[in-house]
Amino acid sequence: MADADHDALRVTPLHALHRELGAKMVPFAGYDMPVQYPQGVLGEHNHTRAAAGLFDVSHMGQVRLDGAGAAAALETLVPADIAGLAVGRTRYTQFTDVSGGILDDLMVTNAGDHLFLVVNAACKAQDIAHMRAGLGAVALTELADRALLALQGPLAATVMGRLAPEATAMKFMSFGAARLGGIPVWLTRSGYTGEDGFEISVAAADAEALARLLLAQPEVKPIGLGARDSLRLEAGLCLYGHDIDTGTSPVEADLVWSIQKRRRAEGGFPGAARIQAELAHGPSRKRVGILPDGKAPAREHTDIMDAAGRRIGTITSGGFGPTAGGPVAMGYVEAAFAAPGTQVQLLVRGVPRPARVATMPFAPHRYFRG
Amino acid sequence: MAELRFTKEHEWVRIEGDVGTCGITDYAQSQLGDVVFVELPAVGRKVARGGDAAVVESVKAASEVYAPVSGEVVAVNEGLPDNPAQVNQSPMEDGWFMKIRLSDAAELTAMMDEAGYKAYLATLS
Repeated sequence: MADADHDALRVTPLHALHRELGAKMVPFAGYDMPVQYPQGVLGEHNHTRAAAGLFDVSHMGQVRLDGAGAAAALETLVPADIAGLAVGRTRYTQFTDVSGGILDDLMVTNAGDHLFLVVNAACKAQDIAHMRAGLGAVALTELADRALLALQGPLAATVMGRLAPEATAMKFMSFGAARLGGIPVWLTRSGYTGEDGFEISVAAADAEALARLLLAQPEVKPIGLGARDSLRLEAGLCLYGHDIDTGTSPVEADLVWSIQKRRRAEGGFPGAARIQAELAHGPSRKRVGILPDGKAPAREHTDIMDAAGRRIGTITSGGFGPTAGGPVAMGYVEAAFAAPGTQVQLLVRGVPRPARVATMPFAPHRYFRG
Repeated sequence: MAELRFTKEHEWVRIEGDVGTCGITDYAQSQLGDVVFVELPAVGRKVARGGDAAVVESVKAASEVYAPVSGEVVAVNEGLPDNPAQVNQSPMEDGWFMKIRLSDAAELTAMMDEAGYKAYLATLS
């Protein structure tokens, strides 16, 4: 888990560049990371929605799994259909525990001769131990010598078209190798902002040169963790440790779309009994979007109450949505209150304030689906 | 001649007669980042020095603004909730929060003047 001790903080291959760019650095998941650059969170958020933002996400864990049985073995730990994942395609899934809670969420790519996984920074040591214990003869390699950048925004494809024209044909959640300015990279057309964009895995030794090449493009500005959080919140995407954790199941978290039909029927992943029961009968509570009626943001841990003042849930992420133009939030409510439009109250600084259950995302997804 | 005083919590108060105009300092706004929400107290509310008086929120986090002096809120900056960016753009002038009629002018003697606050800021970096 995150180490609060500054002296023990790890750094990414772009650490010196962040400092040079004037970033404000904060401890995050055990790493010294840029929370914002001189442009500020609001400007960085808006720039990503309007042009293209470059994020350093090298703190995340990159792992490769080799062996003929890798997909079948991984299916014993996650509820997604990995065996049916086509070459060059990426899927979002979760490591579940025996009680159906979520140990971490991750991306899995079928890279042809191996599986390529990206896991959360704060969970990566635990995830790797979990896989080593659970994947039998599958060979696991932590790609600690690779950095991960994300280029996100409506002009990300314009930038990529200049550097690697073939990449612009890639569809959302697909994978391919390319060269950017001569630097070999692995591209995934994915991200954590709701925008079109690419995640770019690159050798640590090439990371700074690649970041400088991307930042030299007129559309691109560096974006910190502050805007990364407001962008993903507006996109309705879960933050592990906040919106999902071992106390929430994928069904409660409204992630049923990430459990493909065969796995729903067959099970065979940790916690399948609970998850299949929730799929059949509905969960007792559900993750929903929440829109406060007024201007006051409702932050994480804010109580959600019904009209009579009974507590029916909790906000798990909330703040100001620059694109939405007001406060946005997500949280868990009892299933009876999960329908969009349901009136609720949020207890902010001791004062009940009206709000409504709302559909997410709060800013439209603009993925490139070809 | 208005008298300017500061708290260690980075509020300022400008005293004219028995009324102090209050806000947060340039250092405070720069630490907060882009201010997106301000909640002001009701006029007529009694506040105690160091107690909660207002709320200021950036994209990332909410912060309490404490009353730098004790007294009664006699006016608030009505336009501020509709234009919270004024806290960033003009923290010491247009971005003021409230005016408090002082109940104990002796509180001011324990507060920092501008030179004292600058010296205090120098100890923080």
